[in-house]
Amino acid sequence: MTEEEEATPQEEATAEEAPKEETPAEAAPVKEEAPAEAEAISEAEAIRQRFLISAAPHLKSWYSTSKIMYLVVAALLFPTAAAVYFFGFYALTVCAVAIVSAVATEWAVKKLRGRPFIMDGSAVLTGLLLALILPPTLPLWMVAIGAIFSIAIVKEAFGGLGFNIFNPALGGRAFLMACWLAATTTLVAPMGFTWDAVTTATPLGLSFVPPADTGTLYWNLFLGNIGGSLGETSVLAILIGGGILLAVGIISWHIPVTYIGTVALLTLIWPGQDPLFHVMAGGVMLGAFFMATDYVTSPITIKGKIIFGIGCGLVTVIVRILGGMPEGVCFSILLMNALTPLIDRYTMTKTLGLKSLKRASSEG
Amino acid sequence: MDIRLKLTGARRGAKVPESKITAGSPIEPLPLPEKVIIPMQQHIGAENAPLASRGTEVLTGQKIGESEKFISAPVHATLSGEISGGSVVINPPTGELTKTLAITSDGADKWVELTIAKDPKSLSVKKIIEMVKEAGIVGMGGAAFPTHVKLQPPKDKKIDSVILNGCECEPFVTADHRIMLEYGEQVLSGLNIIRKALAPQNVYIGIEDNKEDAIEHLEELISKSDFARDFKIVPLKSQYPTGAEKTLIEVILGREVPIGGLPMDVGVVVQNVGTAKAIHDTIFEGKPLVERVVTVTGAVKQPKNLLVRIGTPLRNLIEYCGGMEEGANEIILGGPMMGIAHFDLDFPVTKGTSCVLVRESAPVKEQECISCGRCLGVCPMRLMPTLLTKYAKTGRYDAAEEAYVNNCVECGSCAYACPARIPIVQYIKVAKKELVKRKANK
Ligand code: SF4
Ligand code: SF4
Repeated sequence: MTEEEEATPQEEATAEEAPKEETPAEAAPVKEEAPAEAEAISEAEAIRQRFLISAAPHLKSWYSTSKIMYLVVAALLFPTAAAVYFFGFYALTVCAVAIVSAVATEWAVKKLRGRPFIMDGSAVLTGLLLALILPPTLPLWMVAIGAIFSIAIVKEAFGGLGFNIFNPALGGRAFLMACWLAATTTLVAPMGFTWDAVTTATPLGLSFVPPADTGTLYWNLFLGNIGGSLGETSVLAILIGGGILLAVGIISWHIPVTYIGTVALLTLIWPGQDPLFHVMAGGVMLGAFFMATDYVTSPITIKGKIIFGIGCGLVTVIVRILGGMPEGVCFSILLMNALTPLIDRYTMTKTLGLKSLKRASSEG
Repeated sequence: MDIRLKLTGARRGAKVPESKITAGSPIEPLPLPEKVIIPMQQHIGAENAPLASRGTEVLTGQKIGESEKFISAPVHATLSGEISGGSVVINPPTGELTKTLAITSDGADKWVELTIAKDPKSLSVKKIIEMVKEAGIVGMGGAAFPTHVKLQPPKDKKIDSVILNGCECEPFVTADHRIMLEYGEQVLSGLNIIRKALAPQNVYIGIEDNKEDAIEHLEELISKSDFARDFKIVPLKSQYPTGAEKTLIEVILGREVPIGGLPMDVGVVVQNVGTAKAIHDTIFEGKPLVERVVTVTGAVKQPKNLLVRIGTPLRNLIEYCGGMEEGANEIILGGPMMGIAHFDLDFPVTKGTSCVLVRESAPVKEQECISCGRCLGVCPMRLMPTLLTKYAKTGRYDAAEEAYVNNCVECGSCAYACPARIPIVQYIKVAKKELVKRKANK
């Protein structure tokens, strides 16, 4: 607390700069008073040194941007642990490289643009998310390029946190896919705790047609003992992480439930499709809980979130079954990201009293 | 018929820590100060003209400021003594400057002769309103709107419900809580006068369920009284800002006050419990509004609820409570959500001062909006605070108006919840002011 006490009024002023200047009457009541004696002036000055004049509300909730970001990172540790368990320690290096590259890029871009670099955790989160949607064997230099692209282009080129239209991690992955399709879509069989990543074709292959023995397959899908991207395979780990985010109120249920629900429902009525398989295999789970729920790139109202979730589900299934791409999650969320401003515009909340106002004007 | 209705609650609002540390502290009268400073304007409305000048001897309860305007409330001397000067201070509810008269006490606290109505129970509505106005009574919850105006709605507005506001949803503040516990009879009697003036069919008392003892106490008083049997107590889930007028009306009656409208537009008048007590004191004891209950809390050595003469400098209150804690660096008039920060210890308690909160706080840095939606989720007016902020920041005030910025009640829930620490209310105020300016220029 000592730091804060020492903060001079000037520093305090900068902290609140914009609004304070525009509401002078409220911000500085004493200025207008004319202290009679010189003594009074020095006393007023002493008081001014001591007291903080901030605007109401004077309380702030516990949640801050960086706390939220690190909580999401913490929730992602479950899928990360599963990735290490199933794909070996190389997974850890992928995560580390992605995070370090992301943070370093953010720092560099902020420096170049002459903006303050705030360690708000958003770059750490982007790096980790990107790592978790990459295949376990991707060369580390490609991982770094993906992370740099995520931050420099997808996030900072749009203005930084809060202004980006697309989910940075997904943008980075899409970029890597566009450059090195084969490397980014190779599926690797889980190899356990080892440093050697062995590229082995899995029975899953690249199609979403379930094999005959579905019993053990479901179980393996649930645990994550299956080929796929690092953090996407273990449904169990994702559910634990996502459950934590729901419990502490960082995400709401609207997007995950509508997204997964739409995928399940659509594949249920689609002839020849297996809904359980569609929901658990591939990136739907991780996407629904951790990607589609990204604040900045998803709609802000509840209605908007529901539309967004349904849209993601629809596009995912259509791409998977009818499209030429092996997986539709990344594409669907990016597409819905692009539609988010539009959704936001048409799902504004109706303020209290609007109803009675409309009624009154139609009567009158 | 039950006196206590079912527990209800607002759907939106912020979960703010209550911190009501003085809830169990009985109201103590603060020793009379040597000097009081009486601002001519302590309410929302026209400023009073001083009726006394330097050197005039005044008695406690003597009217020393008055205005001819309808929306105003006179001010009274709160000590006997001599007018010793005057200056200019800010009026907390409006943020405008107002003249003051300072009174130096003669130590005797001699009162003016109080005229008590012979038969208070059979007063005419006109007489009640006149007495309330003469006593200078204003909304004691903080907004300080002249009470007599609320008691005489225009003829075309039929008032069918009166709500007594005992929510006290602001954290830390316990003045109304203690008033309900210690002056319950007076509150009910004042409410009965309000009923007489407005003749509504229903009378509700809204109290948050963190004040169960107050609910039970009033329930018992009502069941024993001969006039209040049809008053209904509505327990409300504790959540900020349930005590905001429009929210309270929505929760209790399910009615939406139209945008830009007043509670009376939907047939409702809301009064604060402190106001009801002041009305009782005027009608039955002849006393004008010269004192009020103030919670002094936060980083003071002994937080207390005090009965304070209006005009008493904050210094006296804080010193009586043992002084400030080491490191305290913020003084707030009112609660932490809507109160105004102050640093002048000679600033007086005014009619609307419910709380003096001393705090240790740190400046926060504003970051960019991350569209988390928290502000939307808590806004009792179902606005989109983040959007309003964006409009205000970019100077698109017309867009802000179309997004109903003027419907904001400045409760602060949004800025409380915002993880990016955006002073949303400040931006909204800027937009509102700008819109008023534009209207004036047209
Ligand atoms: S926008 Fe206004 S009414 Fe809504 S939460 Fe913010 S301050 Fe309160
Ligand atoms: S709470 Fe703050 S960060 Fe979240 S949407 Fe509102 S303004 Fe933006």
